Amino acid sequence: MIALLLRDLKLSFRAGGGFGLGLAFFLIVTVLVPFSVGPQSALLSTIAPGVLWLGALLACLLSLDRLLALDWEDGSLDLLATAPLPLESVVTIKALAHWITTGLPLVLVAPVLGVLLNLPVPGFSWLVISLLIGTPALSVIGTFGAALTVGLKRGGLLLSLLVLPLYVPTLIFGAEVARRGATGMETSAPVLMLAGITAASVALLPFASAAVLRINLR
Amino acid sequence: MSIAAKANALWEYANPRKFLETSERVLPFFWITSGFCIVVGLVWGFFFTPDDYKQGSTVKIIYLHVPAALMAINCWLMMLATSLVWLVRRHHVSALAARAAAPIGIVMTLIALATGAIWGQPMWGTWWAWDPRLTSFLILFLFYLGYVALWEAIEDPDTAADLTAVLCLVGSVFALLSRYAVNFWNQGLHQGASVMRAGAITGTDTEEKVSNIYFYPLLLCIVGFVLLFVALVLYRTGTEIRARRIKALLARERARG
Repeated sequence: MIALLLRDLKLSFRAGGGFGLGLAFFLIVTVLVPFSVGPQSALLSTIAPGVLWLGALLACLLSLDRLLALDWEDGSLDLLATAPLPLESVVTIKALAHWITTGLPLVLVAPVLGVLLNLPVPGFSWLVISLLIGTPALSVIGTFGAALTVGLKRGGLLLSLLVLPLYVPTLIFGAEVARRGATGMETSAPVLMLAGITAASVALLPFASAAVLRINLR
Repeated sequence: MSIAAKANALWEYANPRKFLETSERVLPFFWITSGFCIVVGLVWGFFFTPDDYKQGSTVKIIYLHVPAALMAINCWLMMLATSLVWLVRRHHVSALAARAAAPIGIVMTLIALATGAIWGQPMWGTWWAWDPRLTSFLILFLFYLGYVALWEAIEDPDTAADLTAVLCLVGSVFALLSRYAVNFWNQGLHQGASVMRAGAITGTDTEEKVSNIYFYPLLLCIVGFVLLFVALVLYRTGTEIRARRIKALLARERARG
């Protein structure tokens, strides 16, 4: 398992792995927002938590189609499926690798982008906390979507159509935590709900992803 | 007949030929009764019930809005049930029925959203509000779109049936989750359940409820929509079965050269 994780991490960090693309996308989205809504700092600080969450979610989505497709193309997915490691563990590791290379960096740069959008000071810690709790769910749900569309030639657009509705609850609670945090409101209820979604997704969805992958590998 | 034998008799309809025979026999009944119920319900509702003292004649959009919304949700439940049957018992008719139902669900969702908007404009003063009920319906619409798109994208019919069935299961959980998440996220403008409430019918609660003048034609419309849905699903499933057969015949011809 650790070997597989290290392999995935190495592949994504090296040339052509696409590491950093998501971060660059996140940065560009954040820079484009003031151009589209105007530079008034009061307006920006109101929408900052939601915009940052949406940017992180889209950046996560962007890298999903590489998650399994490359392994599918060169046949290593078939090898992994016949390996003694259960396919459930394989998809969990894949999701973990995706989170380490996409979700975690997003969490780390989010406060910097928060400065650009004039995020209120109490909002910073809540933004980081909500992203830290919520992005694993995004990776796991995304892995399910990637497993569904892995055999398709032009699966990219379909992948977004399938995954985005599944992201709705995570986005609602995640952005709610960040928004409430920014305005100094009580945050414990959405934090618990967000943590619950993440915990349930991590616990259950790998089984669905593995089942779907088996169907696709048939 | 014992219960077990009856249950076995039900599975006989999983045989496509038996299914086609039976559905062809019962379809005229469903078309006629659903047409009758809807026509009578709508005419009764539109022309023979008084205008509401607050809402005027716009109240009558309820005769389309409520049945369509009801069917939009129940259609997804039916797809969930048939997907489960397909995953467990591998009856092709079941998978095809789920496929046949999805576009009907899309249309019902659209009718509910459109009539809601047309009613909301004069009543709430806006075509659209981010109310929990409205928002959940929009999300349901997105789930339907993804489901249909996945069916269309995959060539192998069995793989497509398997993948869409799993998507339907996972999607149901997330759709339900979204429903409650949306409730948490925004306060509602839409009224609560006011058609079928035990307390309201027996008169023990005094909250607003659709009054009886409107209730009977509405009930007729709901029955009509349910029958129409059953008829459409049977009809479209028959079409899917025939399309599948034509494909198989063509493949056989080609193989023979």
